[in-house]
Amino acid sequence: MSSIKMRATLGDNGVTTVKILISHPMDTGLVKDKKTGKVIPAHFIQEVVCEHNGTNVLTAEWGPAISKNPYLSFRFKGAKAGDAIKVNWVDNQGNSDSSEATIK
Amino acid sequence: MTSMKRRIFLKGSLATGAIGMAVSAGLITPRMALAAWPKEAFDATSVDSAVSSLFGSTALTGSDKIKIKAPDIAENGAVVPISIETSIDGVESISIIAEKNATPLTSSFVLGKGTESYIATRIKLGKTGSVIAVVKAGGKLYSTGKEVKVTIGGCGG
Repeated sequence: MSSIKMRATLGDNGVTTVKILISHPMDTGLVKDKKTGKVIPAHFIQEVVCEHNGTNVLTAEWGPAISKNPYLSFRFKGAKAGDAIKVNWVDNQGNSDSSEATIK
Repeated sequence: MTSMKRRIFLKGSLATGAIGMAVSAGLITPRMALAAWPKEAFDATSVDSAVSSLFGSTALTGSDKIKIKAPDIAENGAVVPISIETSIDGVESISIIAEKNATPLTSSFVLGKGTESYIATRIKLGKTGSVIAVVKAGGKLYSTGKEVKVTIGGCGG
């Protein structure tokens, strides 16, 4: 299962709205595990890159202060219905995931 | 149907750790781009040092062309929806800073050429304080703040 849920819709005004939901703990490294008393190590997404037809439309640099299971939305111009939009994230522990969606 | 899917998604999110492991086992490719992640700015403990480390300057110009949409009172500081929109021309990046967080810089968004000056996300707020949007356009920095009150009890404000 992909960690990314993404929807891209083209509006009448030629602007594409992209909404992305990623499942990720986004641990800050400041919280203790209630059962073991040990600090949960920082584990958060650092970078999210969104591309449309191979062109970068958004690069997000994140710190641990983005909420758990991050939500991100943005809008851009110049896309057609049926175009692909690709998103890729990398976290501070070296994990990554990517996903593609078709603009509707 | 939509709400059903959401349930499943939330359940799935509990297993994120396992997914992360699976991802790291298979799909990891070394990425040079991460070298660009501004560690110093994210580690900075004051608004000024975060801004200067991120942009190399603290010369912020107040602007009423930036609109921050955020709740006046956030019942749960762990999930505060924020959206930022600006009518300033030639925006290069939008950064969100939480004044009272231990490390104020929460995120920075670099926009592509056709990308509109609009960003929506959800951030964590440690306590009541300003949420500051810093917009970089044409080499200049513009900012606006909005006070968000964080209540911990969860019974409203």
